[in-house]
Amino acid sequence: MLRLLHSACSGQYLPDSGKEPMSTLLSALQQERVAMLKAWIANLQTAIQLNDLLSQRELDAQAADVLNALLSVDPETRLQDFGSVVWRPLKDVVSSISVSRATLGFTPSETALFILSLKPVLFEQIRKRWGAESDKLFAEISVVDTFVDKLGLVTTESFIKGREQVIVHQQEDMLELSTPVVTLWDGIVALPLIGTLDSARTQVVMETLLQAIVSTNSRIAIIDITGVATVDTLVAQHLLKTITAARLMGAECILSGIRPQIAQTIVHLGINLQEITTKAKLSDAFRVALEKTNRRVVRVDKAGTVVTAAKQEPAKDA
Amino acid sequence: MTGATVLQAETVAIATSNDVVVVRQRVRALALQVGLSLVDQTKIVTAASELGRNTLEHGLGGQVEVSLVTNGPRRGIRLSFQDTGPGIADLELALRDGYTSAKGMGLGLSGSKRLMHEFAIDSTLGKGTTVTVTRWK
Ligand SMILES: Nc1ncnc2c1ncn2[C@@H]1O[C@H](COP(=O)(O)OP(=O)(O)OP(=O)(O)O)[C@@H](O)[C@H]1O
Ligand SMILES: [Mg+2]
Repeated sequence: MLRLLHSACSGQYLPDSGKEPMSTLLSALQQERVAMLKAWIANLQTAIQLNDLLSQRELDAQAADVLNALLSVDPETRLQDFGSVVWRPLKDVVSSISVSRATLGFTPSETALFILSLKPVLFEQIRKRWGAESDKLFAEISVVDTFVDKLGLVTTESFIKGREQVIVHQQEDMLELSTPVVTLWDGIVALPLIGTLDSARTQVVMETLLQAIVSTNSRIAIIDITGVATVDTLVAQHLLKTITAARLMGAECILSGIRPQIAQTIVHLGINLQEITTKAKLSDAFRVALEKTNRRVVRVDKAGTVVTAAKQEPAKDA
Repeated sequence: MTGATVLQAETVAIATSNDVVVVRQRVRALALQVGLSLVDQTKIVTAASELGRNTLEHGLGGQVEVSLVTNGPRRGIRLSFQDTGPGIADLELALRDGYTSAKGMGLGLSGSKRLMHEFAIDSTLGKGTTVTVTRWK
């Protein structure tokens, strides 16, 4: 990082970095496109581990894309103007490659190495041209060094974005997988919710429950939110709407799995759940559901005689 | 809001509803780092979710600055949600429980205020809105 900052600064002190020199470098490089691609691909072979997710052919094609984006700008463009719109296409190419690396499970360093391994290739071109003029050589190398470092940072930033997308998708997948409507008993269904609830998928999940109520002809539906990390107003609104819709269809909903921290937060938010039957645990909700359908769980001894109703807790002071 | 020192800060863009998920994840990670209790973590993550969604839906996108702050021996988390959306014409109305200009519950803004220790809102019509909240350990 220090080195990077240093070279970024030194670029500003270079004599006549303002006008003529870069155009000669870029136009010189443009002549050497093919040789440079070959050299870069050779470097990449040691830098990047190929696997069945990234073939040699893809890697070559990506290198060619980056090099083309770098060399197809107007030769008057300066490498120092990294923020210029002219470099947008190059950054876009680099960024989309990095995002795809993240999705394929590459490490951040492997991803950055892809771009950083371009450095020796560019340095070699500079050496070939200005090897005899040490001032010029140093000036050009500095500029290229800074440029490639900045491009390397683009890979890292995009890589992080890519990872975030992966995580979000995993959560969405999880939500999709984890919303089966299960029949607990004849006429009693349950929907255990897990994950993030405010995606577009919530709507689908809730509709699935309403359909299951119809298809199983259930009178009671238990919605269990033990696995839901955050209950905010949007989630609450979805839950309340579903519960109202179920009621219209003649089914009663019980909301279970309300953990203490969620209960406290809901109260502070000002959400009113008083109209709704709520239970801390799914098992409590199930017991209520049985009662509401005129059933009861009892304990029996070996002979099958009722010992106690499971519902009654033994007296504490007995 | 005065006297606090920022120890560490990061900015998260809010442009899609997935970004709101990312905001929640970042805030939760920082809450864990600060050592907030489970209840406090849940409160601050929920407030972040509400304000992040307001930035997205009413502010038409923006960003949040998530920072770790100290004030003497106290450590806390400060969240500053910024957008360049339409702004809020009547702050008092917007903060009223149950008021919504969309089809929400109208509890996000007022609820977040109750969930946090400090709450400041700055809004200019046609320019945008900034909501800054802090919760101390
Ligand atoms: N960043 C913002 N920019 C513009 N208007 C806003 C912003 N944040 C809140 N508002 C206004 O304040 C109102 C109240 O916000 P609040 O979050 O309390 O309710 P809501 O978003 O409508 O519903 P919900 O309860 O689902 O959050 C909003 O309906 C909107 O008109
Ligand atoms: Mg809101």
